[in-house]
Amino acid sequence: MMLTLVWAGLIAFAVLAYVLLDGFDLGVGILFAVERREADRDVMLSSIAPMWDGNETWLVLGGGGLLAVFPLAYAVILPALYPAIIAMLLALVFRGVSFEFRFRAASLRGRLWWDAAFMVGSTIAAFCQGLVLGGLLQGIHVENRVYAGGWWDWLTGFSVVCGVAVVVGYALQGACWLIWRTDAALQFRCRRHARALAIATLGFIVVVSLWTPMLNPLFMQRWFGWPGILLTSPVPILVALVGWVFWRGLAWRGHLTPLLCVQAWFALCYAGLAISLWPMIVPPGRGTGQPGITIWDAAAPPSSQMFLLVGAVVLIPIILGYTCYAYWVFRGKVQPGLFYD
Amino acid sequence: MLARVQFAVTIGFHIVLPAFTIGLASYLAVLEALWLATGRRVYLDVFQYWLKVFAVIFGMGVVSGLMMAYEFGTNWARFSDKVGPVVGPLMGYEVLTAFFLESGFLGIMLFGRERVGRVMHLIATMLVAIGTLISAFWILAANSWMQTPQGYTLSPDGRFLPADWWQIIFNPSFPYRLVHMVIASYLSVAFMVGAVAAFHLRRDGQNQASRLMFSMAMWMAVVVAPIQILAGDQHGLNTLQYQPAKVAALEGDWDTHPGTPLILFGMPDMQTERTDWAVEVPHLGALILTHTWNGAIRGLKDFPPDDRPYSPVVFWAFRIMVGLGFLMAAVGLWAAWLRTRGRLYASPELRGVVLAMAPAGFIALLAGWTVTEVGRQPFTVYGLLRTTDSVSPVGLPGVAVSLAAIVVVYLIVFGAGLLFVLRLLWRPPTVGESGPPTGLPIRAAGITPAPGLAAPASHDGGVA
Repeated sequence: MMLTLVWAGLIAFAVLAYVLLDGFDLGVGILFAVERREADRDVMLSSIAPMWDGNETWLVLGGGGLLAVFPLAYAVILPALYPAIIAMLLALVFRGVSFEFRFRAASLRGRLWWDAAFMVGSTIAAFCQGLVLGGLLQGIHVENRVYAGGWWDWLTGFSVVCGVAVVVGYALQGACWLIWRTDAALQFRCRRHARALAIATLGFIVVVSLWTPMLNPLFMQRWFGWPGILLTSPVPILVALVGWVFWRGLAWRGHLTPLLCVQAWFALCYAGLAISLWPMIVPPGRGTGQPGITIWDAAAPPSSQMFLLVGAVVLIPIILGYTCYAYWVFRGKVQPGLFYD
Repeated sequence: MLARVQFAVTIGFHIVLPAFTIGLASYLAVLEALWLATGRRVYLDVFQYWLKVFAVIFGMGVVSGLMMAYEFGTNWARFSDKVGPVVGPLMGYEVLTAFFLESGFLGIMLFGRERVGRVMHLIATMLVAIGTLISAFWILAANSWMQTPQGYTLSPDGRFLPADWWQIIFNPSFPYRLVHMVIASYLSVAFMVGAVAAFHLRRDGQNQASRLMFSMAMWMAVVVAPIQILAGDQHGLNTLQYQPAKVAALEGDWDTHPGTPLILFGMPDMQTERTDWAVEVPHLGALILTHTWNGAIRGLKDFPPDDRPYSPVVFWAFRIMVGLGFLMAAVGLWAAWLRTRGRLYASPELRGVVLAMAPAGFIALLAGWTVTEVGRQPFTVYGLLRTTDSVSPVGLPGVAVSLAAIVVVYLIVFGAGLLFVLRLLWRPPTVGESGPPTGLPIRAAGITPAPGLAAPASHDGGVA
């Protein structure tokens, strides 16, 4: 029992780490849409080039961990969201190689082409992650331990809204990251982007938060029924509080504050998600009348969990340690002076 | 079937990249260590030269690996549900121990040479190299377990539950496969490096960096290729013991009789159950596989038709692998002989052959994986779980569309990647070779782009 709980926490942590870390570097890619000067793009890419590899690895850990510890969830979620996941992966492929290829392009045209690939790849990856989130939240139809729904079940108004929400949210993360890591004109513009994006993100948070409980009576009960509300009511309050700090940080020209606040927003939304789902890992399809799959249903046998847990307990702190080291090595503002013409 | 094709396409693309990174990462670590130990600039030049290639290859390896991690779920959902408890933790360990190690220190390895000390940078390079090896360890443990499963119990609903992790990891075929694969990676990269060196030596025989690369590659060929042949032989004996049907398929033997001949060439036919146009050497098959004159190898007819791997593919893939293996060993010996006569760099014939064999290692590697993967069909977990019982309940059109999308994207991405690598390799290594030209902040800290660098390839938004 305890073991499964620990693992649910660890995988949730891996996914959250992914959202917080890869979120900003995907966001930087999305911002390529509005930052068109090559010199600025150089700086933007330079700020994330040493990190993106490590950031993306959290996604691999999320997938690998799910397969290892909750194989049933893995075997159900992935076929159910098949097209969205394949599209996301292909987008990540494109964007991942664009980093290297961009600098190797022989002509300006080639370079612009890879810039576009980077921007489009980042955007599609973010959008698909939102689709996956929405597709999971609205429930998955399962029979006999296999996915029993249709090919397009995941595509609904709700999942599309979630997709757009994630794109906007990641762009906000990216803008705040650049506020921290750059200066002068680029930083100034990023503050402007951040302001607009923050308003949009807040809007999406409200819409998705209100829509989610309507998807499933279980969620409704959890959020507005007693005693769930004790747990749930602090979430929106904290979101508002963080929003206030964010606004002040932006107004007072803070460098790091906006990024931290936005990350806190994401963490809070994520917590809200966990509150809705708990203890399910796959909520039931609408109108199927079946119970969802809980983390206990989906869990691998204890010996599998234990075996990997030993490694995780030792290694995750080490990983966090050298991730911090890598961020520290590349600390400070990216030197933009060199790149302006 | 399409799911299998899709998996084959993605894994086929993928497998070359880790092999390249395993070999190249170790090579880079050796070069940097030699540089620190001797202080000779040429080691650093060669290091920087290949580091740029490594950056491109590694990026592609990461993203295609990401694809693999999720494809188990999208295409092989039933397999994931049943085998996840055993295979999942092995892959989980790969991510925890290797993936993070590589990607965590890759940034420092690529961009951090001026930001951390020399020794710290060497440590980062070595950690990346070690990470690639650890990665191979876990992935091959998982793959080998699927070939020679042990240490598990079956649950009533048909799932594999782990019983003894030690037995699962160190399953019978694992040590052989690991050694064979790691050596294959080293050999592949050695021939790639050798060919690039040969290419540049043809234009400038005095280029110190090219000479160093050529010399190191030929040392690898003469030492490692024979070891690989021995390792392959041992691996084959192991396969005979645990997967006799695979050996029967790769030998093209249909009947079991003492003193099995070795079929050199032929065309196995699954319908007529015979190998046409066979060129045989009597008793040699028995001699190689049982190390006795009159030993018998079980033929394919010993196995029910439903349990036979598709022999023509396995048969020919095996011959390609073995043929290239012996060819590489021969080139190594030839180079060693020329070296003793002081003509290593002077022989245009050797240079030509080495240049032509640039992809030899990688082709052999792909052929080897074809042998082992097609050879274990029709099972995913050998003898226990059939491929047809492993696939996802995803509609055929869906798989077809995604297969098409994947092929298109991979062709664009890896085509472009290959182009960039070739362009990097086209340019000869220079004295004062620069690191990866990424327009990174470290530039500001003092590294200046080498004049030899193709001008448009450096950032054109720069100071100039």
